[in-house]
Formats: sequence, structure tokens, C-alpha cells
Amino acid sequence: MTLTVRVIPCLDVADGRVVKGIKFQDLRDAGDPTELAARYEAEGADELTMLDVSATPQGRAHALDVVRAVRAVLGIPLTVGGGVRSLADARALLGAGADKVALNSAAAARPQLLTELAQAFGCQCTVLALDAARRADHLADQLGWELVTHSGKVRTGRDAVAWARQATAAGAGEIVLTSWDRDGTGAGYDLDLIAQIVDAVEVPVVASGGAASPSHLLAALRAGAQAVLAAGMFHRAEYSVSMVKAELAAAFVQVRR
Amino acid sequence: MKSSVLVVDTGVGNLASVLAAFARLGAAARASCDPDAIAAAPFVVLPGVGTFAAGMAALRRHGLDRALRARIAADRPLLAICLGLQLLGERSEESPGVDGLGVLAAKATRFAPPLRVPQLGWNEVTPEAGLLALPARAHFYFANSFHVQHAASDCHVATADYGGPFLAALARGALLACQFHPELSGQVGAALLRRWLDRGAA
Repeated sequence: MTLTVRVIPCLDVADGRVVKGIKFQDLRDAGDPTELAARYEAEGADELTMLDVSATPQGRAHALDVVRAVRAVLGIPLTVGGGVRSLADARALLGAGADKVALNSAAAARPQLLTELAQAFGCQCTVLALDAARRADHLADQLGWELVTHSGKVRTGRDAVAWARQATAAGAGEIVLTSWDRDGTGAGYDLDLIAQIVDAVEVPVVASGGAASPSHLLAALRAGAQAVLAAGMFHRAEYSVSMVKAELAAAFVQVRR
Repeated sequence: MKSSVLVVDTGVGNLASVLAAFARLGAAARASCDPDAIAAAPFVVLPGVGTFAAGMAALRRHGLDRALRARIAADRPLLAICLGLQLLGERSEESPGVDGLGVLAAKATRFAPPLRVPQLGWNEVTPEAGLLALPARAHFYFANSFHVQHAASDCHVATADYGGPFLAALARGALLACQFHPELSGQVGAALLRRWLDRGAA
């Protein structure tokens, strides 16, 4: 096979600006979405993900304008998520220029929404954003993660691995798997979580949450992920996408350069 | 003069990425589901997102199936993308019992386990000499669960590998069909669209 792994910068957008938080909270300004999008494509990003983390309806409405502006300059795939509640929401995002739509809370509440989206636009367009947290009773010999929704505010108690299976059976064609414990910490991805989900489903899995260095990305790929998503390490310009890809290639990972 | 590109609007696809890609090339691109306009336009794009059955139903509902067949018969510039390529064939495992446009002797089949399905990402495309001067070992972006293995011998083809070779693109006269998404394939994709416009204008 010659399908390359994907390196995916992620823009968390609130009220038209890119922000960065820790564990989905304490958001700080990190730049203009179109400028960052263009920069990342030029650096060799394989896709771009944009999550609307606006807290208000006004911010949500503004997100469509941001998608249009990013689409105008972006010649690589764009996944958009955050606050997608319905088929109509998804259609509006696709109309504005998204190529894939990511669902979390709304899919958890009504898995049939994944099926509706897949039937309307295809499973390759239907992404499950799966946020998972280690269970409080998580033991070394008995790994367990629960699904968290509503930007980490709701711990559902539902098993994350079982949900991944159910959601892909319902129509999700990709999983963006975020470790709630690691998000924004720079401590590296939750590799046990990645291995469990990759093993449980037949769709591609994008690792997310905790990346701060190329070695973290490499570890996630070796744990089985088909793609790696990172935000802060790129926004802060600690690493460019091209630097990351050079390091992955040096470790004999197939990347597009 | 600006190249005028009509993108077939079947109501099930996201056209924004295709329209944006042509806009960046300075072309005047717009969506249409009018069979007369699609028969007459200098350049037509048949994009594809969604299922084989939904795509064919949408084409038939608007009478676009006949307009597209006539366009291909007259060898006028047409670019088919992803599902668009599969719709040119005879049938697909995705939607048993549904006839495609039937202008290519091709049948779409599903990628089989243990492959991850859908194929999502950048895959290396190997062209035969002459296929719109595709670069030798470039990566293009794919997003497909189904694929076509063979095309008729009167086509120039390019192949890629995902658990075995499959058809990545074909050209026959003014018809260019890509399993990958040139509109999402960065500079390499933009350059291919540029050459498609330039050749059609020549």
C-alpha cells in the first residue's frame, strides 16, 4: 500500500478567531483562521480540521463565514465540527465548504443522525468526533474509557470502545479520537486508547489530544492511528508541518512531501 | 476570456470545494442542474459525493443522464470526480440493480477487509504516458469505499494501490475521470485542473 499517513493541524475557532485551551477550557487567542489554514497547506498539511468552540449562537452563525473564508484559500480537505445538531446543520457546513462533518454530542444523543448523514452524503463525509476520558476506576490491568460530550462537560458513563463500534456501524466513516485527559497537556497521545479503538473498528482513526512533538505523532502512528491531529505545537510555531513530516520520514513512515 | 465551468448539481454533493478550486484558477464556475446548460457549457464537472443510487436518481430526475451521455458522445470536455467516475460505469456493488450511465465498461466494487474502508488520504498515482501529463509519482487525495479495477482499452489510465491496483484516473478524448479529488489535492490537483482547462480551450 502506498496510502500515506496524514498530518492534520486543527483550528479551534471561537467567534471567528483560532483559540487554544487546556482540556477544552481557558481559551486563548492563537490567530486568524484563513492565515493559519493557508500556512499549514503551504507547509504540507494533508488535511485541516476546524472545530467551532463558540459558546454563543452568534459565534455559531459566524462559523459558517469562517468556513467560507477558509474554503476560498484552502485546496486540501476540510473537516468541520462543533455544535452540529442536525442534517440541516451538516448541509449548511458542506454548502459553506466543508468536505467532512464531525459529530459528537448530537450523535451520542441520537446515533441515527450518523446514518442519515451517511445516506445523504456518504460515510466518507461522516466523521465521529469521539472524546474519551479514562474511567475513574481505570486500573492498569483493566483499561476503560468513557464517552464524554458537550466539550467535556458531560461524562456519559458509556464505554468509548463500544460507542466507536456502534457509531461506525451506524455510518461514521472516520473517527477523530480525542483523549480528554491529554488534550492541551502536551503529555502525548493516550496510546492505549488509540490501540483499543483502532482494533475495534474498520474505519480510519485520527489520533488527537496531547501532541507536543514529532515523537508523540510517531508513537500514535505506531499505536495504529491512520492520521495524527495536533493544534498547539503548530500554532505556537514550535514545529512546522514540514519539520514534523521530515522526522516521520526519517523514521520510515510513509508521508506525502 | 475566463473559462466557463458548470458543475453538475445533483443536490447530494458538496460543490463548494470544486467551485472554490476553479475560482482560485480564475475560472468562472457555477453549479447547475439544467440539462440544456450542461449540454452547451464549454466545461462541465460531474462531482460525486454520496451513494451510487442517490447520484443516479438525481441525474435522472433532472434529465442530466441524457445530457451527459450526449456530451460524452460529442467528445466535449467533461471532468468526472470520485463517485462521478463510478457513475460513468455500468453498475456498482454499492447499489445493486441500479444502472449507471454506461459510457464506460466498468463496475465499482468495495474495498475488502483488512483494508480500512473508506480509503481516506493521499495515495501515489502512477500514470501511463500521455494522461494529461500527470507527474510521475505524485500523491492525490482519495475518499472512497468503492473503486473500479478496469477500464476499456481505448483509455489512457493511471493507477494507484490500495490492497492491489485500482483505477485512479482515465482519459478518453475530452473526458477525464478521476477517482481522486483534484479539487482537494493541493497544488498537484490545481495544476491538473489548470491543464484540463487549457487543453479544452485549445
